[in-house]
Parts: sequence; C-alpha cells; structure tokens
Amino acid sequence: MSEPLLRPGNGNCGGCGMSSAFQFLGRAREERPIQVVIPASCAAVAVGQFPYSAMGAPTILTTFGSAAAVATGMSHAGRLNGEGTRVVCWAGDGGTYDIGMASLSGAAERNEDILYVCYDNEIYGNTGGQRSSATPHGAATSNTLRGKVEQKKDILGIMAAHRIPYAASVSLAHPEDAIRKMRRALDLQGFRFLHVLAPCPTGWKSEPALGIELVRLAVRSGLFPVVEVVDGRRTTINVEPDFSEEALELYLSLQRRFQKSEIGAADLRPDIERHWRDLRARSGRIVPADREG
Amino acid sequence: MSTSFGQLLSANHAAALGATLAARANRTGRGFVSGVYPITPSTECMELLCNQEIEKGRVVRVESEHSAMGVCIGGAASGARTFTTSSSNGIAFMAENMVAAALLRLPVVMVAANRTLGPPWNIWADHGDTLMLRDAGWIQLYCADNQEVLDSVLCAYRLAEDRRILLPALVCQEAFVLSHTMARTLVPTQEQVDRFLPPLDLPGRLGGTARIVGGLTAPHATEVHRAQHHEAMGRFFGVYREVQDRFEEVFGRRPADPVVPYRADDADVLVVSMGTIGSTVERAVDAAREKGIRLGGLRVRTFRPFPAELLAAAFRGRGRIAVVDRNVSLGFGGVLWGEARGLADPGAVVQGYMIGIGGGDVRPEHVLAIAEDLSSREAAGPPVLLEAGA
Repeated sequence: MSEPLLRPGNGNCGGCGMSSAFQFLGRAREERPIQVVIPASCAAVAVGQFPYSAMGAPTILTTFGSAAAVATGMSHAGRLNGEGTRVVCWAGDGGTYDIGMASLSGAAERNEDILYVCYDNEIYGNTGGQRSSATPHGAATSNTLRGKVEQKKDILGIMAAHRIPYAASVSLAHPEDAIRKMRRALDLQGFRFLHVLAPCPTGWKSEPALGIELVRLAVRSGLFPVVEVVDGRRTTINVEPDFSEEALELYLSLQRRFQKSEIGAADLRPDIERHWRDLRARSGRIVPADREG
Repeated sequence: MSTSFGQLLSANHAAALGATLAARANRTGRGFVSGVYPITPSTECMELLCNQEIEKGRVVRVESEHSAMGVCIGGAASGARTFTTSSSNGIAFMAENMVAAALLRLPVVMVAANRTLGPPWNIWADHGDTLMLRDAGWIQLYCADNQEVLDSVLCAYRLAEDRRILLPALVCQEAFVLSHTMARTLVPTQEQVDRFLPPLDLPGRLGGTARIVGGLTAPHATEVHRAQHHEAMGRFFGVYREVQDRFEEVFGRRPADPVVPYRADDADVLVVSMGTIGSTVERAVDAAREKGIRLGGLRVRTFRPFPAELLAAAFRGRGRIAVVDRNVSLGFGGVLWGEARGLADPGAVVQGYMIGIGGGDVRPEHVLAIAEDLSSREAAGPPVLLEAGA
C-alpha cells in the first residue's frame, strides 16, 4: 500500500509506539480494505481535528467504552452488504482493560467479526497518565505518585479465555513476527485480539529514541511475553526471552516512572517466573525450545 | 395476518412489528442492524423483534444497553436502518451513547417503555427516564395508545431519515399502561410500508473513503454543529406535516398532530398533559361537560422539538391552564410545566401538577379534582405533587 495508515501531520508525540504500530498495520493490510474504530484515547487525538484527517482509512471515533460495540454494528452492516471490509478497533489500554472491558468481552464472546488491537502504553495517555489496571507494578502515575502496588492485568489471558479464534501479543522490536501476526489476524474470521506494547516517552518518562529498545528489553527480560493463542487453547511462544537481570534492570532504569517506587528487578522477578510457568504449561513446552536436547 | 379489524397487540408488540416492517423495507438499501438488551417493561418488544425473519437484517443480543446503542451507532454510521428499545435505568445506562448517536446525526429509532428510575426498584410508569434526556438532541414523541405507537415508529423512521432532519427519534409509551396492554391495532402490509419508507440513503456514511466520523472539533466548529442540529430540530414541524400527508395517503389514517386538542376551543379550564394521561383527560373532559363544566384537554405528542408556537396558539384566550406532569424534576417541578408555563396569555393562571409517579394510577377523578383546584385559585402557586395511589 502506497498510502500510510497514519499520515504526516498527525498529533502523536515523537517516539510514540502507537504511531509505529499504526504503520505496521498499514503495511500488513496491503490491499485489504479496512475501517477503523477508535474510542477515546491518544489515537482519537492523533487522527486530527475536523475537518482534517490524519487517517488513511475510513474511521469513526466512539465513546470511551464502546469500540467493540460500534464495530459490531459496522461489521454486520458490511456483511449484510457482502463487503469484505475488515473492521479494526484501535483502542488504548484504558479503553480496553478498564472502561471498554464489558463491550470487549461481549463482542469476543459473540465471536463478532472484528480485529481488536489494544495499543498498550500502560497509561491513560489522553487523560494525562493516571493509574489503570494496565499500569505495571511499581510505575508512578499522576494519581498514584509513589507507584502502583498491584500487578498489571493479564489481558491476553483474559481474551484467550474467551476462546476466540486468535489472540496474540505483538512486539514492535520484532517486526517480522508483528507483521505476520497482523496479516494473520486481518485474514481470519471471527474475533481476533492483538496486544501491542506501545512505548510512550511522555508517560514512561523515557528517551523518545529508545522506545523500540525498551520493548526489546521488556521481551528479553520476560516481562512482555510474545505469544499467540489459537482458539483459546493452542499457545505458541514466539520469542524466547533470556530472562536476564541486566535486561530487566535496564528496562526499569531507562524509565523515570519506576524511580519513585524504587522498584527493582528482584521485586518483579517472582511474578515474571510465575507467569512464565503458566505460559510454558499452556504451550505444552515445559523446557524452552533452545534447551531441548 | 392483518385484517381491517386489526390484531390484538400490546404496545411492545406493536412497536416490534412496526420496527420489523421498517427493517424489511430497507432490504433494497443497506439492510437493518439492531442491538438489543432486555429490561422490564420493554423486554417483549425486543423478544418479538428477535423472533422475526428479517431479510438482510441482523439483531445482535448484546451485553448491555450501552452496547445496544453502540451497535446501532455502528450500523447507522454504515448506512443501515437501526432500532433498539429500553426503559428506566437501561436508558440511563444507554444515555452516553444516545447523546453520541444524536451528535453524530444518525437516524436511529428507539422505543422507550417509560418506567420510573430506581432505586428503590419499581417497574411501573412515569416519564422521568426519557425526560432525563430532554437535552440530548433526540426527537421525542409521546404516545397515548397502541396504534399511535406503531404508527409513530413508522413516522419516526421517515422523520429521522429525512435529509432536512437527520436526527435519532425516540417513541415513548408508558410501562404496562401501554407496553403490556392488548388493544386492537391495525398492522399495515409490507407493500404499504415499502411505499411509505424509501430505503435509507445516509449522506456521509462510512464506506471506502478515508474520512473521519466524529473527530475532534475546536470551539467554533462545535458552535456550528450545534447550530445545525438546532436548525434541523426547527425544520421538524414542516417535515412532520408532509409525513402526516404521506402517511394518510398510504395507510388511510392520519397520525395525530404534535399537539392534540380535545374540546379545547371554549374551555374555561385547559388540562395539558403527555402520554396516556392525555386519554384519561379526555374521559374527565366528557364527564365534566355533562355537568356543564367547560373543561378541555391538550395532549403534547411531540415534546422534542418543543411545539412552543402550537401551544401558545392553543393557550390563546384560555384563562386557567393546568399542566399535568407524569414526572418530577426534583427541586423544580414538572418538566412540561416548566416549558409550557411561559406560553400563556398575560394574567392567565398556569398551575403545575405532578401525578402518577412510579406508576400511580391516574384516573378521571384525579383530573376533575385538579380542574376543581385550579378553578378555586386566584393565582398560580408552586407546583403541586399529588399522590394517585395504587
């Protein structure tokens, strides 16, 4: 596709991971016609001010908690008229993990023909960086100044538990895996869910140029597992982390949002290990692929 | 199925059949998409709709009222005809997306089975649920019988989809008084409805063109959008007359006017109301007239847009006007009273009464007591909240 999905002149910050994710999807779609549904989020601001549009696809902005419901109506209207348009929800973590959870769960349970992408920058970016169920343990936010004490919700596990045809996590530091998953998700029928870790220099208080590197560190350390789950049952681990202490410490120290809580690698390690034990059991591989004789 | 004698139908079923006929009439257009969620007393409307065969139509059983309207927004933005129904707290939960549907100028049609808001939980009628959305930018029609509900649903599509209007429309019918009460109702044929309702052709619908629906606006663009929305409301009454004419041509009966008078021309005391209390007022007027008391009735059928000019004309020369509300704007009084009281002649006594809250059974004797109270007043006082009882 010659035209980018997110055009020049959009309102995103420099180094925005969501911008990169948009361009990944733009590449993945090739000639496939798509319509985009954006609930209240940074993306809603990014796409520009009336009467201009920074979007290279037909787009509707919805209320905060309604993306999956509005997409449901669009998807049925398209099907009734024999159109092959893919309806894509493009929602932030707030619109997905929290206020949008009921409509998201409902649409997933009905197996609506929708691709739902959550670009997760782990902050309520549009409203100014408040705590959410996507905020990671130890990150300071504008309304939890000393850092969040609870763990982040396992959104991929929740969505896979709906037994939808396809649920996958996407790393912007692994573009081949990312584009392959986006294509697969675009071409499948029924409810598909993609979870993208989207670095946010503004919210993470990190260097804009380091976004992709931070995602790589999150993957290497095991903090952000890159996996895909088919029909809620078959789990495949796509990228094997090295679980290095160095990667985790570096990930935390390169973002000032983790400073106040003084959280360190040792504090996060037990949760990461527990999560990976579950993932290995679900994937049927108790031992990492590269350590198998 | 349909005969000239009609069928015995509840208002919920009349509404569902009206929506089904309108849905099928768009089979040559972009079809029909509906999101529905149950709540007493609108549930049976949704259930009947779900059990209809609709060519090129889809009714999605969603997980909440909020999403029901979300589905209608998505369907309508893609050019499909849409419908939903709800009541009371369901409408309150749906409200955010109702506002969105209006501001997106989508011609969604909805039927409300009016039920009082809770807690405490009470499933019976008053108008508090839909009047809460007075300023939400929807057309609001209030019905007095089951035939009017069915006819209003068909008219609502024609009005909502008219390019001079393009607004969502809410048809209101009271819990149980209409929603569950069977009455003889004429159900038109599909061929008639096809003639009355042309396929929806929504300008600016989502298609293949890269454009944004509902993007960000700055203050001035918002001022312009609100002005256009308000102007569309202002064109309603002119378009409504055309819709009445066309309806009469096709179906052989004329839908009621926005304001329906009953023996009002020579009335010493005029009783103004909305919904089914309007038909109770008619019974009271007949009883009073037999005793030589010149009572008259005025039923407000179109509440949004507000028929201020029509009401002012009907109030001319009337010295005593009782406005009877089946709602309480807490800390103020009746909503209809608040809007109508400034339209009477100078010196006229306009008194507000609120009755039938939470389903209190309003009977002709209540209306007669109100007329008597008003006749004894020298001047209007604060609005009076009456108890109708079970």
